[in-house]
Order: sequence, then structure tokens, then C-alpha cells
Amino acid sequence: MRKIKEFVIEKLILVCGLASIFFVILIFLFLTKEGLSVFKSVSPFNFLFGKSWYPISEPPQLGILPLILGSLLVTLGAAIISIPIGVACAVYIAEIAPLKIKEILKAGIELLAAIPSVVLGFIGMVTLVPWVKTTFHLPTGLTALSGSIILAFMAMPTIVSIAEDALYSVPKSYKEGAFALGATHWQTIYRVLLPAASSGIVAAVMLGIGRVIGETMAVMMITGNAAVIPQSILVPVRTLTATIAAEMGEAVVGSEHYFALFAIGIVLFIISFIINVTADLFLHKRH
Amino acid sequence: MRNTQRSQKIAFFFLFLATLLIVVPVGLIVVIIIQKGLPAINWQFLADIPRQGMRAGGIFPAIIGTIYLVLGAIIFALPIGLLAAIYLSEYAKDNILNRIIKLAIVNLSGVPSVVYGLFGLALFVVFLKFGASILSGSLTLGIMILPIIITTSREALESVPHSFREVSLSLGASKWQTIRHIVLPNAVPGILTGTILGLGRAAGETAPILFTVAAFYLPQLPKSIFDQAMALPYHLYVISTQVPNVDEKIRYGTALVLLSLVLFMNLVAIIIRYNFRKKKKW
Repeated sequence: MRKIKEFVIEKLILVCGLASIFFVILIFLFLTKEGLSVFKSVSPFNFLFGKSWYPISEPPQLGILPLILGSLLVTLGAAIISIPIGVACAVYIAEIAPLKIKEILKAGIELLAAIPSVVLGFIGMVTLVPWVKTTFHLPTGLTALSGSIILAFMAMPTIVSIAEDALYSVPKSYKEGAFALGATHWQTIYRVLLPAASSGIVAAVMLGIGRVIGETMAVMMITGNAAVIPQSILVPVRTLTATIAAEMGEAVVGSEHYFALFAIGIVLFIISFIINVTADLFLHKRH
Repeated sequence: MRNTQRSQKIAFFFLFLATLLIVVPVGLIVVIIIQKGLPAINWQFLADIPRQGMRAGGIFPAIIGTIYLVLGAIIFALPIGLLAAIYLSEYAKDNILNRIIKLAIVNLSGVPSVVYGLFGLALFVVFLKFGASILSGSLTLGIMILPIIITTSREALESVPHSFREVSLSLGASKWQTIRHIVLPNAVPGILTGTILGLGRAAGETAPILFTVAAFYLPQLPKSIFDQAMALPYHLYVISTQVPNVDEKIRYGTALVLLSLVLFMNLVAIIIRYNFRKKKKW
């Protein structure tokens, strides 16, 4: 009797162990099941590189290039802000901060990661957006720049915590060796620790960027949602994610618009898949 | 020599500055929300339904909806996540299957939240015909937090020393008995941490519930798991972008309730983990 019970339990454990694979495949299947239908009416090339997104005009124009460029622009801006600050903060926490402060900083970074994106979006709307508007004398503060700044704060916790881990796991002997040769602490950080932790830091940056590309609510609330090809960082843009979130509510199930939004989901899924697999390779390189 | 000392000082100053650039805005965000949201918080705000097109009244249905969703998500995700963690830490061999599972978990945690929303819509709402309901929303959120629960639980299980298992096995206990009576009890704080972090994440996410459950405005509470429900994060989105002329106090108040809920859970998780690490006997 006990044998049977244990047999059942162990099989159950195996099934649950495989659940993650099952869910990844299930997500991909259901995205493609709904999304691939759009290619009956628009070719994959025209979908990805079409310059106009007018999903409810007759006939609908389903080119997502403006959305891709919107996502890229916002992500690029966020990366430029968050990478230097994030890596510098990781170095400070890993190497310079005294133990007590280090614990507090790490908890603080964790709390930042926990703030819901809709709350950050809200704060961005009431503080950052008016500031951008008056500082740059714009007709509206809902711009790619505002999105980039808020998204930088969503990328930083990821960058800081993973980069800090990478710096921490550099063998102590490297540091001692550099000190023994007369290097200052900064020289050691700059010439020894950072290069030794570089693959982990690259992974940290990639995962941070992955978080930014997939971010939805905050972007939708503060980037202005104009589906046109952006000419500068001070104009409203619309990202891939925001398009899905904003339009799915109105799309009729089974319409071309509905299929197109799922096709955007496939694009996002593939981007995040590539980023995560590559980052994972970088993370395992040092072992 | 003095030159290198000086460049070290300058470099450290900039590193410190970068840290401040992260920490100060975070502090400011929390302070602003508390300062402007606190005046809105009273019994009526927490326990009344929204009135006058959400421009007055309270946020009670949204709070209840979020609690239902989060509980539903955890009921679904905890058993699967825990068993998956047991598989990875106790049964999995270092082979290609194990590697694929780990990669799948990494991917699951990287899938954009709005894509989870699409998935939930296609599978639960449309294909399985659950409709926009608490059930669909909970299941979608549950799959989303699965990687958090698996990863933290696995770490907790793996940190139980091998000698514990060996002693138990040598006393004649079976593998499952060893896991059930030796490994699991010693990993409870870690598993709890992961569960609470998962709860916090589920409570704060908006995009996955947009098309699977969230209702713009519902004056009554949901009666079954097949009903739509309001939810705090979606409610905050609605009153800050979709409804004009909402009193700022109500917006800040809603943000404060949501933020407190999420940060409180995270703080509890951090404290449990901190105490656990301090008390660890091995």
C-alpha cells in the first residue's frame, strides 16, 4: 500500500517537474493558434515592416514597424539611463558599502523591484510627465523620454541584483592577488573584478532590457500612445506591449485586429525567448 | 601614487552618486504616495463601493477582487510549484531534461506580462469558455508566478544539507518519507518566502488580468469564481487614465493601498528570509 502511494506521489512530482516545459509550449501554441491567422491577410514581411498601423480602418492596415520602433526607442533610452547607474550601484553595493548599509540597500532595491508597474506609471503621470512638458516646452509630456526614465527604474533592480551577484562570486583570491601587487581598491575593481564578472554583468543588462521590452502598464500610461514612426525622443510613441493592452479590449474575437494583436504577442514572446536564453548562456559561462 | 588615490576617491564618489540616484527617487515615490494618499484613507474608503462614476465612495470591491485573485493564483501555483521544486532538487539528474526544465523556467519568468494576458484570453476565456472570470484571471496569474515559487522553493530545498537526507535514508526511511519528514520541514521558511513574493507579484500585476477578469466598474461583489471582479491595480489604472476629473486624493489613496499591500508582503518575505539565515543551524 505504501509502495503504491509513494509510486503515485513520485509520478506526480515528475509531472509537476515537467509543468514548466508544458506551460511554455502551451503559451507558444495558443499564441500561434490565434496569431498566425493574420498572415492570411497580410504577409509576414508587410506585417513586420509595414509603416502604418490602422487596425480598424477598412481594409485594416496592419504594419507594426511604428510599434517596433516605439518599443526600441523607449528601450534604448531606458538602457542608456539604467545600465551605467545600475552597474555602478552594483559595484558600490558589492565592494564599497559597509555591511549594514549593504543589507539596507539590497532590501531597498528589492522593494523597488516589487513596486507594481501601474503605481510607477501613476507616479510618472503626476510627477515626471508635467516636468518633461515644462522643461522641454512640449505640447505634451507623454513622450518616449518619460517612458524611458520610468522604465529605467524598472530595469535597475534586475541589473543591480544580478550584477551584484556576479561581482560577489568572483573568487576572493583575484582581489587579494591584485592588492598584493599594490593595486588600489578602485584599480582592482576596474581592472580585475569587472572583467572577471563581465559575463554575469552582460546577462544582468540583457535581463534588465528584457524586463523593459515586456513592460506594459507604465509605458501605456506615460508614452502617449501615438502609433506613428517616432522622429525624436520627445514625441509620443506606442510600444508593442501597450498596443496589445490598449486595443485587445475593443478587438472582436476572431477579427483580423484580434489575430494581429496575437501576432504582436508572438513577436514579444520570441524576443523574450531569445533574450532569456542568451542571458542564461552568459550566466552559465563562468561555471 | 597620490594621483591613483585621487582617482579612486572620484570613482567611489560617482559610484555612491549612482546609488543615490536609485535610492532617493524610490524613497521619494514612497513618501509622496504616503503623504498624499494617507488623507484619503478612512473606513468609508476601504469598506464602501465606488460611487458617482468612481469619483467618490470607496474601493472595497477592488480590494476583495484582488484578494480573491491572489488566493486563486496561489491555490493553483503553490502545489505545482512546490512539487516541481521537489523534482528539481531531489529527483532530477544532471542531464539534458533537467537543463530544458531550467531553461523553461527562465523563459516563463521572462515572458512579458501582457503576453500572459493574451495567453489567458486565448486558453481560459475563449478556448475553455470560462469567460472573463475570477477563475481565468487566477489561473493566468498562477502560471505567471509559478517560476518565482519554483525557484525560491528549490533554493530552500537545496540548502538543506545532504547529511540530513543520508541519516534519514540510513535509518530505513524511504525517499518520499525523507522528503516529507526531513527535507520539507527544514525548507518551510524558504518556501514561505517564495509564496509571499509570488502573492505580492500577483497582487500588483495589471496586464495579465486586463482581458481575463478585470471589470471596469462593478457595484456588487463577485458571487462565484465565474464572475468578473474589480481589482486594485486595474482600478488604479482606470481612475488615473480612463475616468476624467477623479479627485487626486482618491487616486493617491488607491495607489497607497495597493503599494502598502505589495510592499508589506515583500517586507514580510525579506524578514522571514533574514531571520531564517541568521538562525540556520548548519
